[in-house]
Amino acid sequence: MTTSAARERTLRGRAAIAGVGETRYYKRGAADDPEFVLALKAILAAAQDAGIDPREIDGFASYSNDRNDPSRLAAALGLPELRFASMQWGGGGGGGSAAVAAAAAAVATGMAQCVVVFRALAQGQFARFGQGPKLPGVSGEPAYTMPYGLMSPAQMFSMRCMRHLHETGISRDTYKAVSLAAYHHAQNNPRAVMHGRPLSPEAYDEARWIVEPHRLYDCCMENDGAAALIVVPAERVRDLPNTPVYLLGATTGSEHRAGAPCHNAPLYATACFTTLAPRLYEMAEVTPGDVDVLQSYENFTGGVVMSIIEHGFCTPEQANELLTFENLIAPAGLLPLNTSGGNLAECYMHGLELVIEAVRQIRGDSPNPVPGARVSMVTSGPMVTPASNAIFGAEEVL
Amino acid sequence: MNAAASYLPAGLPAPRPARDGLDAPYYEALLNGKLLIQRCTACRGWQWGAEWICHRCLSFDLDWAETEAAGRIFSWERVWHPVHPALEQHGPYLVVLVELPQADHVRLVGNLLGDPRQSVPLGGAVQGVFEHHPDGEPPYSLLQWQLTG
Repeated sequence: MTTSAARERTLRGRAAIAGVGETRYYKRGAADDPEFVLALKAILAAAQDAGIDPREIDGFASYSNDRNDPSRLAAALGLPELRFASMQWGGGGGGGSAAVAAAAAAVATGMAQCVVVFRALAQGQFARFGQGPKLPGVSGEPAYTMPYGLMSPAQMFSMRCMRHLHETGISRDTYKAVSLAAYHHAQNNPRAVMHGRPLSPEAYDEARWIVEPHRLYDCCMENDGAAALIVVPAERVRDLPNTPVYLLGATTGSEHRAGAPCHNAPLYATACFTTLAPRLYEMAEVTPGDVDVLQSYENFTGGVVMSIIEHGFCTPEQANELLTFENLIAPAGLLPLNTSGGNLAECYMHGLELVIEAVRQIRGDSPNPVPGARVSMVTSGPMVTPASNAIFGAEEVL
Repeated sequence: MNAAASYLPAGLPAPRPARDGLDAPYYEALLNGKLLIQRCTACRGWQWGAEWICHRCLSFDLDWAETEAAGRIFSWERVWHPVHPALEQHGPYLVVLVELPQADHVRLVGNLLGDPRQSVPLGGAVQGVFEHHPDGEPPYSLLQWQLTG
């Protein structure tokens, strides 16, 4: 394949985020609106932020079996035409960046002109992620684990993290730094559920274990709300009011047999980014050193540490020295991390709030802006399959 | 079976064979105190969890072979926060991921018997202990683990 042909087969610079929006973020069960209304409100907020008529929307992309069907949304919003409807299979929050990639692919190839990426979640109105099923019997893969009391996400993923700690000698102090950085950033973010509720190192240490090696503040929240982004072709965004934010690259997938049942994935103690990260950097044409700010999905802090390593920001040997609170906070840390508070302290909007924050960092309207941020990364869903990731860039890095 | 013979309290979801019959031999063997794991007739590779095709050679000719219920601790976790009503007030418990070196290092999930607050050695040798639930509807058996030596 010639270089020019290879260059054509990329998403780099071909789609942009025109606008972002979210509902108020609530504690689980506290939303006043039904989940579908939350979805509608976030979509309308993103359209308003983008400066477009909501009737320009002609496609939807979501993930994790979002309950709010695109055809119902299109009918409810009176859209003239629906051209694209994409659902990323499986992987829970691992689909967040993949949904952006699907939307970008649609607008880059002319399948659609204006695709909204959204996620709406009212865990108070439906089943909670953090609880096991109340069933008399289970079969298939759940039957290999649930009868032994391994049935929640914290229990599924802590097993991987414990192995990772043993293999690498990484200290749980790195987990603590990730947690404290998120809570620190949330104190500047009025949208954050944990705004006004700072976390001290002592409170972190004294919190109860959920599943070793994770304490309470290593775990994401459970929330109600909705979030959305408007994805348009690159040439369209230059006519719109916001600072253009371009997609430089995005990948999704997982390692060899990551989905092998009953914890039989060969690599096992990974965040599932070892094959994605090189492809992401190749498409985005950047290196880890070019990344100004990182939003890394926190289901549990152990997965964040793995994600940072697998994306080449440090080696396992460097982790204890480099993954400190001071290095992870905006504006001046070496690698400002989860600068809105993320899943731990802003809102568990299944990681879509992290994608929005990655966009806001390029626009300069993050609650904790990293000065001059031009390359902004987000990673979605550590330790799941498929996972995904994305890099956004300012006009000048195209 | 008396209550003390069960590591975790009653009321958790019971394992049942998949409706398509894929893993029925595994559960039948557990009832008889034996561990059967999938083994490919064509390439002789071991495979777990159960699947209809061999991931190594793509043969559909998979059989079940007995292997010793003995292995090594590949990872572990101590669960403190209950996420099921049956575990409320129960206190911490240990879940281990056990690899079977004699069967291509396939891994099984179980509980580590003994003091739930014990320190757990990664790589530690463990022996299987069959935990029978004859009063289950239908009856079923779990495979638990205890440290040896």
